[in-house]
Amino acid sequence: MDFLRPASWEEALAAKAEHPTAVPIAGGTDVMVEINFDHRRPEYLLDLNRIGDLYEWEVGEKTVRLGASVPYTRIMENLRTELPGLALASHTVASPQIRNRGGVGGNLGTASPAGDAHPALLASGCEVEVESAERGVRMIPIDEFYVGVKRNAMAADELIRAVHLPKADGPQQFSKVGTRNAMVIAVCAFGLALHPETRTVRTGIGSAAPTPVRAKEAETFLAAALEEGGHWESGKPIPPSVAKQFAQLASGACNPIDDVRGSAKYRRHAVGIMARRTLGWTWESYRGNSYGTQGGAQCA
Amino acid sequence: MAGVTRTPTNLTQGSKTKGGIGESTLRPDGTLKVTGEFAYSSDLWHEDMLWGFTLRSTEAHAELVSIDTSEALAQPGVYAVLTYDDLPADVKHYGLEIQDTPVLAHGKVRHHGEPVAIVAADHPETARRAAAKIKIEYRQLPLVTDEASALAEDAPLIHEGRDDHHIGHVPHPNIVHRQPIIRGNADEARKKADVIVEGEYVFGMQDQAFLGPESGLAVPSEDGGVELYVATQWLHSDLRQIAPVLGLPEEKVRMTLSGVGGAFGGREDISMQIHACLLALHTGKPVKIVYNRFESFFGHVHRHPAKLWYEHGATKDGKLTHMKCRIVLDGGAYASASPAVVGNASSLSAGPYVIDDVEIEAIALYTNNPPCGAMRGFGAVQACFAYEAQMDKLADKLGLDRVAFRQLNAMEQGTIMPTGQPVDSPAPVAELLRRVKAMPLPPERQWESSEGADVRQLPGGLSNTTHGEGVVRGVGYAVGIKNVGFSEGFDDYSTAKVRMEVVAGEPVATVHTAMAEVGQGGVTVHAQIARTELGVTQVTIHPADTQVGSAGSTSASRQTYVTGGAVKNACELVREKVLEIGRRKMGTFHPAWATAELLLEGGKVITDGGEVLADLVDVLEDEVVELEEEWRHRPTVAFDLETGQGDGHVQYSFAAHRAVVEVDTELGLVKVIELACAQDVGKALNPLSVVGQIQGGTTQGLGVAVMEEIIVDPKTAKVRNPSFTDYLIPTILDTPTIPVDVLELADEHAPYGLRGIGEAPTLSSTPAVLAAIRNATGLELNKTPVRPEHLTGT
Amino acid sequence: MRVNFTVNGRKQEADDVWEGESLLYVLRERLGLPGSKNACEQGECGSCTVRLDGVPVCSCLVAAGQVEGREVVTVEGLADFAKQRAEGCASGACGTELNKAQQWQAKPADSQTGEGSGLSPIQQAFIDAGAVQCGFCTPGLLVAADELLERNTSPSDADIREALSGNLCRCTGYEKILDAVRLAAARGEAETAGTGV
Repeated sequence: MDFLRPASWEEALAAKAEHPTAVPIAGGTDVMVEINFDHRRPEYLLDLNRIGDLYEWEVGEKTVRLGASVPYTRIMENLRTELPGLALASHTVASPQIRNRGGVGGNLGTASPAGDAHPALLASGCEVEVESAERGVRMIPIDEFYVGVKRNAMAADELIRAVHLPKADGPQQFSKVGTRNAMVIAVCAFGLALHPETRTVRTGIGSAAPTPVRAKEAETFLAAALEEGGHWESGKPIPPSVAKQFAQLASGACNPIDDVRGSAKYRRHAVGIMARRTLGWTWESYRGNSYGTQGGAQCA
Repeated sequence: MAGVTRTPTNLTQGSKTKGGIGESTLRPDGTLKVTGEFAYSSDLWHEDMLWGFTLRSTEAHAELVSIDTSEALAQPGVYAVLTYDDLPADVKHYGLEIQDTPVLAHGKVRHHGEPVAIVAADHPETARRAAAKIKIEYRQLPLVTDEASALAEDAPLIHEGRDDHHIGHVPHPNIVHRQPIIRGNADEARKKADVIVEGEYVFGMQDQAFLGPESGLAVPSEDGGVELYVATQWLHSDLRQIAPVLGLPEEKVRMTLSGVGGAFGGREDISMQIHACLLALHTGKPVKIVYNRFESFFGHVHRHPAKLWYEHGATKDGKLTHMKCRIVLDGGAYASASPAVVGNASSLSAGPYVIDDVEIEAIALYTNNPPCGAMRGFGAVQACFAYEAQMDKLADKLGLDRVAFRQLNAMEQGTIMPTGQPVDSPAPVAELLRRVKAMPLPPERQWESSEGADVRQLPGGLSNTTHGEGVVRGVGYAVGIKNVGFSEGFDDYSTAKVRMEVVAGEPVATVHTAMAEVGQGGVTVHAQIARTELGVTQVTIHPADTQVGSAGSTSASRQTYVTGGAVKNACELVREKVLEIGRRKMGTFHPAWATAELLLEGGKVITDGGEVLADLVDVLEDEVVELEEEWRHRPTVAFDLETGQGDGHVQYSFAAHRAVVEVDTELGLVKVIELACAQDVGKALNPLSVVGQIQGGTTQGLGVAVMEEIIVDPKTAKVRNPSFTDYLIPTILDTPTIPVDVLELADEHAPYGLRGIGEAPTLSSTPAVLAAIRNATGLELNKTPVRPEHLTGT
Repeated sequence: MRVNFTVNGRKQEADDVWEGESLLYVLRERLGLPGSKNACEQGECGSCTVRLDGVPVCSCLVAAGQVEGREVVTVEGLADFAKQRAEGCASGACGTELNKAQQWQAKPADSQTGEGSGLSPIQQAFIDAGAVQCGFCTPGLLVAADELLERNTSPSDADIREALSGNLCRCTGYEKILDAVRLAAARGEAETAGTGV
């Protein structure tokens, strides 16, 4: 095993070009587990800790450019207004120690369906900035990023530099089921973002299909129902029948498996419940009712 | 009876000496533990040491067709690769009671993760890579995974040619041990029942999940022997199993206890001890072995998963008529402590209730599942889960209050156990229930605040699953009975060596035992006992090793009772000798030397009237008083193999819990809000430690109620979740406040009247939580742990 | 490979480090600092928690090569770290004694506890509150709890639970750990009140 320590982004890209099998390591919260448990022996480890740019974020007029290694703790603390869905998701990641090290780049690189950031990223409609020494920068829409179980759309010589997320134009929520009240991997998760500017809603489902997915039918249905009912203008409550249908469609978007963490049937069921609840919370919030959560909001 | 404390021993002894029994003195190892200096077994280091690594079976039941170690051995940095064929002595098996476990697999493997070969190399990674180059050819054998497959007509025998002492009375060679108990006439008594309740219950496989992984260091010594530094629960039991396989006399295997990072039963069996010694003796170099968490799940036995069938009857006025039960424990591939677990499950299966007519059967199976053995609560836990569910069902069916129904049938001092043994010390079962019920209930909806819902106080916690939606509260009660000490005629003794001398102008006592301090605080208590009995302030606790006689196991809630008893006894004998010295030197100075009852207090010899006769420093001068003595609790007898009758237990321990839970009924997630406990401890030698033990035991019971289970694939008998990612134990956010009400009703048979306390709280915690969840959801819930699927019908 | 970094204020150099080694392994096996514990090596227990450039992390998940040039504080340096913080030098870089050499013998335990031993407030509180049983989770909890009190001098119970939710304890049921953090916070407040700070 070789340990590559590029001092700059350019050096990192050059190293990745030269050694396409090199495994990037930033927070180490996935890679080191695999090494410690002898599940993986990469030929090269490519350390990204020294590339300061990856730890920075810029809040622009419309978007936030979030460096791939910005720790979840920073996102929770600093980007709650701009990226509320991702901030909530960040708060559910593992433990404080892990949140201090891990960042969105790791979730994207690993592309595990259980990664906590994915539902929020899908719901936000972000783009992933990847780069290779040879072909330069490429922006991958999040909808095209996840291509299979633990597989993403990146080429072997590419690295994730940042994620470009639209600043929230409406309430966002994230909810995750685990069988413990902290430090738990998702049995399944659901992210929801209301986009009042475009009068659309976007969703993301984690751990309930081979890849993170959106519940597109549910989104389309809900957007239409809100439009038809004049809800965006009136802010009137969403009828229970609409919420129920939304939940059912969200469940229907799942394609889960039975595993040690939960049954397929439970995952479908739970995604439906989370869809209905997060819709309730976001809509209450849209209507102007403060419906925050102390645990989630304390870092705001 | 409540509130009365009887103490059989003269407690004035040393009562004026600071830091004696009854005080919450602080741990003597506390400072080392908070500074990181305390040397745990995984912290050991030696110049030139090698790293040992264990290659484990990837199959659960397979013939070992061939093993080729040549390529592994050829790796640079590799010093040894050993298999069964390399074992040096005629003895090649070990085991706590039945020596059925091969040091390294021979001919076949019987469970997933069984050690097949061991490697020593100069770096752990070198050892791992070498192990990966060992070529093993397996031929699959049919699997035995449950009672049906174990007892089927064509069932493969897990152990062929058994010649252990249980084979004569078990109905099938795939049954390790069977213990029936018949008392009265259950069929006759059944006719008096107005209601009958029947239930089948399933208890999942729990792991001890001690945090300090199995580890230790073996250092070859010049005399051809070996020094072994290790974390264990019982040095001498290890020694008895290790020495024969090494082909060494016991005196050439010198064991010292290293820091133990928790045990809970999981260190009662051998793990890496023999492997490290074999590699050290083979290479002539010190060898360290440290399991990682993945390996740890294969490196020790687990709590027996169980299937339990119960039938209870009661008259309409609420009196139990009879009980029948059948408890099937899955012992896995090797016997470990299964026979004793069967004895406990069977003899404690009726719970702390008066039931005269019982028909009980408990068995442990041999299967290809992971071996199971000791874990806190030891057979009594599974039974308590089932009989407490039955009590609720009966009370409901009778329309009686669940606590009142239990109190109506609660045992008390004098009650006869199903084994025919009278309970001859306080058994405040009804009182403990009264006390937990009387505690104020936690306020409703604590998660609500002006800022909205605090998800940290809701089911789902930080995962933000509910802001109150679907949340329903439930309350449940349970009470249990656990035996203390080793039972069934076992010669359960401890040894203590106590020394008294003057050091730097001050009298100092040194206590030397082989007791494994695994976190329970035995070392704290030993110092307290020595202060009380010898009237000194300074007490040194010598490291535990095999240079002193056995202290028995740190299990069965027995150490304060038995090794504490041994320390007390040795101190009393030392005290007599000190007084003899005093009489010899100073007897003529004061008539009280000859006539009065003399005590040692505050560094002085005093009369029972409080008159100071001499300073200990002046009595002892240069003399050293030292002696080593064995101490036994009163004997027990084996249970009759047909009727289960016999005074098999030493002492009983009782705890009751009230659980308050909030359940997100839509998502099936549970938050335990409070888990109150009342326990009779006889005498709290160290109240702070007592409460700590009760809270810790309670939390382990909570874990197996809502999250902890080793999942074994029934098709392959392979463990599916050997990691802390998927075997979940409670975090601080899962653990509620645990108010504890300690009752001290002395047991006149025990030192200071104390009662073993470590296990009882683990029993009733689980059924109390289950009862609370049932109360919240209305579901029957016959399996623990409860999963979201069970609560949502998915 | 060779790794140079600072541990508890002292420059350290580790040689012949295998590239797959964790910071935890280097601390424990190469630098003679076994205080950080190896309970799970998968970031699921917190017993290996150290401060990396001030931030609490699981040292089992930090590749040794990643700490090149960085500052680490372990439980062995916690007392000095806390002392320096109290004196106004919280970076941990003001110079600490290197801990004792590697040890492997079980030592006879001293029968006296605590007093005047130069412990940090959180360490003393853990002893006093009975928060230590087997003690294997203790070093990680101490580092995490110390950092919590650095950020939040009077945390609520929910705050404590959240901050320590990455640290598993199997012995205590956590009640006395909560007591210890409350005790350290209360003592800190009393001290602050006394000094008028």
